[in-house]
Order: sequence, then C-alpha cells, then structure tokens
Amino acid sequence: MLRLEARPAPSRAMMFASPLIAAAAMLLTGSLLFSFLGQEPLHAFYVYFIKPASTAYGVGELLLKATPLILCGVGLALGFRASVWNIGADGQLTIGAIAGGCVALYFREVDAAWVLPLMLVAGALGGMAWAAIPALLRTRYNTNEILVSLMLVYVAYLLLSYLVHGPLRDPHGFNFPQSRMFQEAALLPLLVEGLRTNIAFILSLALTAGAWFFCSRSFIGYRMQVSGMAPAAAAYAGFSEKRNVWLAFLISGATAGLAGVGEVAGPIGQLQPSVSPGYGFAAIIVAYVGRLHPLGVLLASLLMSLLYIGGESVQMELQIPSAITGLFQGLLLFYLLAADLFIHYRFKPAMPALHAMPTPD
Amino acid sequence: MPADQPRLQMLGISKSYPAVVANADIDLTVMPGEIHAVLGENGAGKSTLMKIIYGVTRPDAGEMLWDGRQVRVRSPAAARKLGIGMVFQHFALFETLTVAENISLALDQRIAPALLGPRIRSVSEAYGLPVDPNRHVHGLSVGERQRVEIVRCLLQSPRLLIMDEPTSVLTPQAVLKLFESLRRMAAEGCSILYISHKLDEIQSLCDKATVLRAGRVSGCVDPRRETSRSLAEMMIGKELPTCHMTPRAPGEVRLAIRKLTLPAADPYGADLQDINLELRSGEVVGIAGISGNGQQEFLKALSGEVPLTTPAAVQLGGQDAGHLNAAERRGLGLCFVPEERLGRGAVPDLSLADNALLTGYVPAYGTGMVRSGLIQPDAVREFARRVIDRFNVKCGDETSHAGSLSGGNLQKYIVGRETLLTPKVMVVAQPTWGVDVGASMLIRQAIIDLRDQGVAVLVVSEELDELFMMSDRIAVLADGRLSRAVPIAEASVDQIGLWMSGNFDADVAGASGHVAA
Repeated sequence: MLRLEARPAPSRAMMFASPLIAAAAMLLTGSLLFSFLGQEPLHAFYVYFIKPASTAYGVGELLLKATPLILCGVGLALGFRASVWNIGADGQLTIGAIAGGCVALYFREVDAAWVLPLMLVAGALGGMAWAAIPALLRTRYNTNEILVSLMLVYVAYLLLSYLVHGPLRDPHGFNFPQSRMFQEAALLPLLVEGLRTNIAFILSLALTAGAWFFCSRSFIGYRMQVSGMAPAAAAYAGFSEKRNVWLAFLISGATAGLAGVGEVAGPIGQLQPSVSPGYGFAAIIVAYVGRLHPLGVLLASLLMSLLYIGGESVQMELQIPSAITGLFQGLLLFYLLAADLFIHYRFKPAMPALHAMPTPD
Repeated sequence: MPADQPRLQMLGISKSYPAVVANADIDLTVMPGEIHAVLGENGAGKSTLMKIIYGVTRPDAGEMLWDGRQVRVRSPAAARKLGIGMVFQHFALFETLTVAENISLALDQRIAPALLGPRIRSVSEAYGLPVDPNRHVHGLSVGERQRVEIVRCLLQSPRLLIMDEPTSVLTPQAVLKLFESLRRMAAEGCSILYISHKLDEIQSLCDKATVLRAGRVSGCVDPRRETSRSLAEMMIGKELPTCHMTPRAPGEVRLAIRKLTLPAADPYGADLQDINLELRSGEVVGIAGISGNGQQEFLKALSGEVPLTTPAAVQLGGQDAGHLNAAERRGLGLCFVPEERLGRGAVPDLSLADNALLTGYVPAYGTGMVRSGLIQPDAVREFARRVIDRFNVKCGDETSHAGSLSGGNLQKYIVGRETLLTPKVMVVAQPTWGVDVGASMLIRQAIIDLRDQGVAVLVVSEELDELFMMSDRIAVLADGRLSRAVPIAEASVDQIGLWMSGNFDADVAGASGHVAA
C-alpha cells in the first residue's frame, strides 16, 4: 500500500511542477468528460484550447480577458502571501467599475485627456474603499475577513444593479437597465486597430513588474511575507499586524478596482447590471496557480483567460453548456491543491531498506 | 513466573525518519520493580524509543517481549491493556474540567467522575501524590498537573510506568517528593522507565541506565557506580564542556522595570504583579522559575510584543519604553532571543540571510540592510555570513532555510544575530532548550562574553544549573511575581527552589521541615 511521509524539506521542483501536473490532470479529466458528452476529445480540445488562440483576433481576446485576471490576481497574490484572505475582489472590481463609471458619466460632456486617468484613480480608490471595510472590521473587531469580504461582493453587485436600474439608467435607453454609453474620452485606447485589447493590458504588465519588484526588493514586501509565513516572528520583529492587513486589502482592492474600470472603459463601454463574469473569483485560482508570484500570475492569467474563451468557443461550436468554463476552472484548482500536497509530502517506499539507510554522523 | 524474567525486553529496535535514523538496533531490558534510566541528549532517540514502547509509533525492525512473550503494540490503548502507562512531558489535560473528569475521559473503561473520586483519593494518598479530584485543572500548578497524570496511570495499576523528562516542570523540592513516590511504586513491583538528560537525578534515583547517543546504545550501566564524567562521556562522546566567568563590577543601570503589573491576556495565563528589577551594564541576571508562572507574559512585556499602557514600567537606558512596540524598543538598543526558535525567533521557510533581516533591519543597529525602503541584499548576506562564521553555525550557507537547521545550530544563529547587532540590553529566554550539550556551552559562553563587553544581560531559564553557571545575580518568577535578585554567591539551590514554589518569605531552615512533612 502507498503511504505518505513528510519530506525533510519542501520540494522546489514539485512547487513548479505542480501547476503543470494539475493542468495535465485537468485535460485528462476533461477528455473523459467530452467523451461522455459524445464529443471526440481531441477535436473538442482543439476547439477549446487551440482554435480560439489561432487568429490575431483570438489572441487579442485572450489578452483582453487576461487583463482583469492579471490585475486582480497580482493584488490578491500580494495579500495571500501575507495570509490576508481577500475573497471579495469581484466586489471591489464592481465598486471600482461604478466609481470609474460615475466619473465618466459625470464628465460626459468633457472631451479631455484627464478624464481617463481620473476614472482610473477613482476606480482604484473605489476598490480600496470597498476593501477597507473588511480591513477595518478585521483590525478593529477581529472579524473574519474571508466572510466579510465575500459577503460584500453581493452587496456590491446589488448596488450596481440598483444604480443601472435607477439613478444611472440611460434616459434614452428604452428602459434597459444600463447607463449611457461612455464618450470617446472615457474609453481606453486600443493597442492595435481591429483588436479589442486596450492599454489596460499594458497597465497590468507594468503592475506585474511593479509587484515583482515590491515582493523581491522592498522592505514592506518582506514584512508582509514574514507576517504571512510566521505571525509570531512578525510580532517578534516588531511588524504591525494591523498595518499588514490594511496594506494587503488596500493593494488588492486598488488593483481590483482598476480591473473594474478596465472593463467598463474597455470592452463594455458603459455600466451594465453585471460587469464581471467572476474575474475576482477566478483570480483566486490564478493567484494560486501562479504560486503567488507576480510572474506566475501573469502566465496563470493567460491560461485562465484561455479557459474562458475556449469555454465560449465550445459552447458555440459543439453546443456544450456554458457551465463547462466553471467546471474546467474548478478541476484546475482541485488538481492543483491535490498536487500541492506533494510539495511537502512524498510516497513512502513500500519496504524500507534499513541497511541502505545512512547512519547518523 | 520466574523472578529473573525481564518485564520488558526490546531487541534490535530500529526506526528511521526521512532525514534521520532515530533508533538503530537498540536493545533495552527492564526488570520488575526496576527504575531504569534512559539517558541521552536531545535528539539521541529517547522519545522515539518510548513512543514505540507505548504504541504511538511502530518500529521499522526489531521485536518487543513483555514478560517473555513477544508482543506487537499497535496503539496506546493496547499498551495500556498490557499494563504500560506513560506520563508525557507536556500534559494533555482539559483546563476547564475537574481532575476526576479529566481522568475519567482518559481511562479506557467508562467510569463516571463521581465514582472515580474515592479511588483517586486512595491511590494518591497511598503514593504520596496529593490531588483533589474535585478541583479544576486550570487552578493547579504544573507539579499538581503532573501528579494528576501519574495518578491517572496508577489507577490502571500499571506494571511499567514511562516518565518522560518529568522534572523539567518541578522545583528541586518537588523533585525529591516525586522520587519518593517513584521509589514506593518500584518497591511494589512496578517497573519505571525514567527518561532524562540530568545526570545527578539519574544517579540518585535509578538502578540501571541505558545510555543513547545518536540513535544507538552507547552503554548500559549501573549509574551509581559511574561518575558524572563517565556518564557524560557515554552520552556525548566526550567530557562535558564548561564555560568560564570571572567576577566583574557592574556599571550603570541599562534596564529598569518598575511596578510592572499586567493582567494575562490568556484566561489561564499568569497575571504579572508589581515586578521590579534593575539590570546594569556588565552583569547577567538570571530569572529562575517554572514555565507558566508568567515567563511568557514577562518576556513579551519586556520585548514590546505586548506594549504596556504605563510608559515608566519599562525603562531602557533611562528612557521610558513601556508604551513602545518591539521595533521601537530595539531602536533603544534592546535585543531579544525568544524561547521559540522556529516561527518566532526565525521564519522556518526563509533563508538564514532573510532571517538576518528579521531584526537587523532596525536603523539604530546601523547594519545598512534597508535603505530608503529597499532591501540591500549584499549587506544582508554579508551580515548572515558573519553570524555563521563567528558562531560556528553548521549549515549549507546563508541561503539555507532556517527550518533545515538543527535546534542547536539555529539557536546559535539567532543568538549570534542578536549579539552582532551590538545590543545595549540583551534578553535571552531559555537559551539552551532542546540544544545539545556542546552548543549549549558555546551559547552560554557567548552570553557571558556579551556581559564582559559591558552589555546588560537578562536570562530567563528553567534550568537552575545553567543559571548558577552564568548569572551574577539570580531572581525567581513565580505566580507572576518576581523575588528580589540575590548575588549568586549568596544563593543556594534550596533557597531558589523554595522561592520557585511562590513562597518568597521562606528561608531554607524553616523550609526543610516543610519538605519532610
């Protein structure tokens, strides 16, 4: 029988191999799934994973979808490194979208270059403000930030819904629950004519680089990491736990808020009852698949984006239900967590060969 | 059953863990009514062997004979069925339950606590282990809790009792009482396996000693016929090293604690009451006492991990520091070695270099590890290498993870790190817990060297021997109160032992009658 035993030291090789193993296991399970659904697995995979990225337009869509995932994922990864569990990035994204959208709608007559930067700042501040609520409750009353941040997601959804059904509804929109379309000055410029990818993608790359620098060189990044790894050591060193919680929430709230502006000022172009198909939640998976490392988050975001786009592609071509996207995301996280076990554990050999063991020195 | 039939025989026991061979081909024979010591350093494999006997761990190879018959003990319940009882070093008692309720929970048969009361009383009286079955555990001293554990074992009329380092939680007087009880049990035929690394205890109590070194048996002797020196040689392979301390006059007051009173954060912790102490440059003050008497709270109040509301309660270099946090107090020249190495004194998953940054970042130390908010990797690595060289830390290099070091080496690294930060006041908690003898002496000598350089040093330790070895003055922390500090020349083990039980007024003459009673 196979038995597990603790490794003497965590395996670095396994840490990097684990996401690859998880991706492979996801594909394997997926092929079983496609067979059960009466699809030829190889063809289904082609439609899912290759075809969407085989055209320039497809690559553009891939980067477009990856942008909010990178933004949210990088922020969450920084927080998770500090063991601060912000599960509410989707709510912060929504509030960021509202804040940025309000700026756009308020200055709808203005055609100036400062509108867009102002929207981005407003979005980041909106996300931070929403993230500040769980941070405040945690540092003041020791409430559980996982529950509070999660519940606030639904509050944010409802707030957006109220706004587009009420005060912000387009007066000329035939009563559809959506705001006016944003004016040209409030829309993110496209990177390449003909593709929908906009400069938010460049912003997300810049933030990734910044986060990488923050983690590896800044003392604040070190402090947050120590707080996450060993809270008692952080207290011993004199690092404030409250400051850690606040920083983690404000950073991840700000990036999620930016992602929200990126959506409404990008592909959507207005406020709608829903501005995110759950990017903030998918970003949790992204952060872990990316090993909580900014560069890993970048790669994981591209993979997750492919899951989204491929999901739509198989829906349209093979008439497979839309739940397939969530299913593949779930499989990926599930297998990742399972494979992560082997970072700290390994299978014990069936028969311990005593004579072969080294003697203590 | 023949009288010379061993009660327990372990033959060729081996057990390996991924990184270490804990037991290699160990033989052990215990006769009925024998008090048998298992002697060895931390990490020599004593605990693993006991866990195998008690059914917690299974050996990779070897056999176990009980009354001459081969047995396989698959669980602690099976061990208890055979008549094996074990008193662990760290007790597993529920604070909120009474003694009887705790014992009822731990017994294999289901007996109502109310019915157990009389039996607990009679057993505890018969062996001189007074416990009141109706008291709640949270109100018991550590010594009383240990008695509860022993009584729990005795209720099952064990034929072999395993005691794992039982005296680390007792005052010297309580140790004598415990020994009396153990001798009484042995006289009635119960065999006792007594695990310890304290040579004098083993020589005064045990009939036989099996000495372990690095997982192997290095000797099986009658400890009364051996000298401490010969036992130490068997245990560590060489003579016990010593450390040197020459008298020197202390300088100005560096740390003053005035009327420090602090209610415990933990409902079962100790409240600190009116603690006063002055610590001068160039002296070591030792704080004796059994853990759980306010040591944790006292150290956190000193280090700043729990800032106080009264600024004047802690003064560093004449400045009020009570309200300052740990980082700010370090800014005033305080350095601190905590008792938990992994997770508090060092982050296990970070490299030694990154662990140098943990406290070396404080600007007042002038290490240059952080400039305008950015880490200076060269300065950090250079500092870590200096610590490793100067304190002979055995590790790969400064990129090794702290968690991969042995306890002794990590402790050397932490002590070394704090030392090289050039403290004005150094607070060290349990400097040699779980550290092997060689490293212990090196650490003690490093602390004495600090004192010789004019640093004011405070050492909090459970090991009385250690404090007598390296203190200029000694005080006792008991029940959250601190005794006055007496010069080491005027202190005696008996006196300090009495103080450890919380009786600061007692003197030795009056107390000897009390112990005998």
